[in-house]
Amino acid sequence: MVAEAISEGSAKSDFWDGVRLSMPVVVASAPFAVLFGALAVDNGFSVLEAFLMSATIYGGASQMVGIELFGQHVAPWLIVLSIFAVNFRHVLYSAGIGRRIAHWPLLQQAVGYFILTDPQFAIAEARAESGRPVGFVWYLGLGLPVYLFWVIESALGALFGKMIPDTHALGIDFLLPIYFLGLVLGFRKRPLWAPVVAASAIASIIAYRTVGSPWHVSIGAVAGILLAVILPPHHSGVGKRP
Amino acid sequence: MSTTFWIILAGAVATYLTRVGGHLVISRFENIHPRVEAGLNAVPAAVLTTLVAPELLHAGPAEWAALAVTALVSLRGGLMAMFLAGAAVLILARQFVG
Repeated sequence: MVAEAISEGSAKSDFWDGVRLSMPVVVASAPFAVLFGALAVDNGFSVLEAFLMSATIYGGASQMVGIELFGQHVAPWLIVLSIFAVNFRHVLYSAGIGRRIAHWPLLQQAVGYFILTDPQFAIAEARAESGRPVGFVWYLGLGLPVYLFWVIESALGALFGKMIPDTHALGIDFLLPIYFLGLVLGFRKRPLWAPVVAASAIASIIAYRTVGSPWHVSIGAVAGILLAVILPPHHSGVGKRP
Repeated sequence: MSTTFWIILAGAVATYLTRVGGHLVISRFENIHPRVEAGLNAVPAAVLTTLVAPELLHAGPAEWAALAVTALVSLRGGLMAMFLAGAAVLILARQFVG
């Protein structure tokens, strides 16, 4: 009984630990959820469809691209392919995080992969790196608030989107780059961090200028990852565990 | 069911495939080669960098100031402090330089 009470207490604190870490993500993504809802209705979605898209796809950039193409009456299969292309980077997240959560029951893993977003991956990776376990309860505490706010704010944006004030003066278009830079810098103690960041930055900018968006994400990411693979293992610090 | 509904559903399935796909491929291998592991460890920095770098192409003084402050705060503070400082500088600077 006592052991049970203790483990229940620690599960609770694990959950709130995750919730605490989710707050910057909730703040940073809120304007985009509202903006998405407003744009969705503007491009011919119903409020229910905007809500449904946020609830089932749950990937901001891909949803924006999806409704933009929908508004331009692009062929449905091309819209779906574009959503897939924008979200393709998650394949890499999935391969990375799989090592941390492979011990969860299958259903928990299925849920875990469903809410695997950019910040979810980055924060879970950072926790694994610091030597603490990535448990399901903690992971859910991190992801659930982000998901719920995302879905609710999308619906609110769809309902009341026309009331949004000047988004440029509020800096809304540039909040995510700031947030992502913060995440990148959070990994600066990893071996090979600087060369990987440099390779990915240069490759993604060149790809952005030549091939175009969204492919610059996959191309830039592959450049940085290949560099880490190619460099001799003693540089990458694999084998010696911190 | 409307076309929109099917687009959303297919988009959701495609997205979920990207979120489980990498794991399904990697988990087929019993041992992960050290070089593959080094590659996986590079994933966060590599992918997240590509979400920031192209933004620099159209960044003006306000955006550069915000990123610089974010980087400075990262030396000491946590993620929330970094984000709030960067956002505050951005909003403030845009009132002056647009």
